[in-house]
Amino acid sequence: MSVLTEGHSVTEAARNRSFGPLYSRNVKAVVARGLMATKSSNWMVMLSGFFEPVLFLISMGVGLGAIVGTVQGPGGSEISYTAYIAPALLAVSAMNGAVYDSTWNVFFKMNFAKLYQGMLYTSLGPLDVAMGEIFLALLRGLLYATGFTAVMGLMGLITTPWALLMIPAAVLIAFGFASFGMGITSFMKTFQQMDWINFVMLPMFLFSATFYPLSVYPQTIQWFIQAMPLWHGVELLRQISVGVFTPATPIHVGYYLVMIVLGVLLTTGRLRKLFLK
Amino acid sequence: MSKEKASSRPPRNDSKDADEYVISAQNLSKTYGDVIAVDDISFNVPAGEAFGLLGPNGAGKSTTMKMIGGVSQRTSGQLTIMGLDPDQHGPEVRAHLGVVPQQDNLDEELRVRDNLLVYGRYFGLPMSYLRPKADELLQFAQLTDKAKSKVDALSGGMKRRLTIARSLINEPRILLLDEPTTGLDPQARHILWDRLFRLKEQGVTLILTTHYMDEAEQLCDRLIVVDKGKIMAEGSPASLIREYSTREVLELRFGSERNTSIGAELVGIGERIETLPDRVLIYAEDGEAALEQVSARGLHPLTSLVRRSSLEDVFLRLTGRSLVD
Repeated sequence: MSVLTEGHSVTEAARNRSFGPLYSRNVKAVVARGLMATKSSNWMVMLSGFFEPVLFLISMGVGLGAIVGTVQGPGGSEISYTAYIAPALLAVSAMNGAVYDSTWNVFFKMNFAKLYQGMLYTSLGPLDVAMGEIFLALLRGLLYATGFTAVMGLMGLITTPWALLMIPAAVLIAFGFASFGMGITSFMKTFQQMDWINFVMLPMFLFSATFYPLSVYPQTIQWFIQAMPLWHGVELLRQISVGVFTPATPIHVGYYLVMIVLGVLLTTGRLRKLFLK
Repeated sequence: MSKEKASSRPPRNDSKDADEYVISAQNLSKTYGDVIAVDDISFNVPAGEAFGLLGPNGAGKSTTMKMIGGVSQRTSGQLTIMGLDPDQHGPEVRAHLGVVPQQDNLDEELRVRDNLLVYGRYFGLPMSYLRPKADELLQFAQLTDKAKSKVDALSGGMKRRLTIARSLINEPRILLLDEPTTGLDPQARHILWDRLFRLKEQGVTLILTTHYMDEAEQLCDRLIVVDKGKIMAEGSPASLIREYSTREVLELRFGSERNTSIGAELVGIGERIETLPDRVLIYAEDGEAALEQVSARGLHPLTSLVRRSSLEDVFLRLTGRSLVD
């Protein structure tokens, strides 16, 4: 057996990284593992996640857009229907990517592959694992957002440099959903329970002012939708896409910041409860 | 924290290390709600020892292992691993542990060699160390030609060996093996035992749980017999057999009808008689002599067998139950 070379002993590695029982400052090992696994098996799934919103954009935008013509965008300017729904679809895609990664993927790794069980028998702590998985979800969100923004550019839907800010904003949205999704998944025990997630996601996708303005609903329904996270994402990206900002803009951003903080706290607490009981 | 020597193996058996206990448990307990999984157990393990926890399913073996690994917090008592409390210093303690869990949890999305590399990264080890180490461990596990295979293409025995190879990536001072050979065929078990022997020779402290007697006898220097969360006995396999059993055992089968009623007719033969549903065990120093006495009483069992006492007999004596139900 060879020996650890001087200066790289495990003891030293552990001492440098050790930070209480929850965190060992080694998120990058979890991220590296995720990238390696994606390279070898998951890339088809990733690709389909990219095409979904693009197909929606083409079918709804080009198809319905021909009938609808122009609509009133943020700030009152007339924009094409395709340009109206494109940022909303980007928000949906950020949500979907993050939720898929942080719910189904995590559910499988937690309950079937026993991946986290193995990780937590090493120097890694639950916080390393949670942050690593969330980071991976964000990386995917970033890729989708960049690709989708490029498609928007190709379709001539980008009219202002502000629109590039949609990419970091989409990552913010993904962060909110990923951190919360992982926390919620930790409560799930069966596949039937996992279906509840779809039951929440689909209506949120359809009714969060994605395809038409919120004003079509009665007031009480509007309030309900405004309490949901996706609506804030849709509004935020739609404003950014035309470079029109209102006093509501920081509220949309703030909504996600709160969601991220609560989600990370929930996830870490749950992982601790599940794996360090 | 003691300064780790660069050449950490084999000089494990130098006197300074041998004196100290690498694991020390005092009045260790663990309850899950109302269930007492581990009930006030104490034991010490010196460096380099192969220490076994022997007991039936549900005896608290795996729970004890989890507490040692710092992935389960004890309810009460003291526990130190290499002088550290695993509840307080989980990552640091686990840096010195290799863990082979009861069920293989290899990363099915990664290939065989990548499993070793990625696992090493979890310990924060650099690739310059991990690449040669992974190749060396593949050789040790006799999996060199499977390096690029997918994990699910491996046989059960191969997966087990890969799990053990993976647990060695950080050159652990303590290797925790939870039921290492359960579910393996005899040949795969012997290959595995051979690998574990080699580790022991290199000075790695082995902690293993098992409900196989032969495994405990083969591998353990010392063991504790646990049942319902409590320690029933402690010692080397040979000393436990000496203390709790006779040298030989005569096994008689009279058929299921008569086994239970025959006990009375055998009284006085050997030192002790144990009646099981399928057979009668007579504990005696000389099994053949006991068999002659049985025949002399005009009793003719369907089959008879004289064998040496094993840990199975120790367990039966201590708990009144056989180990594998």
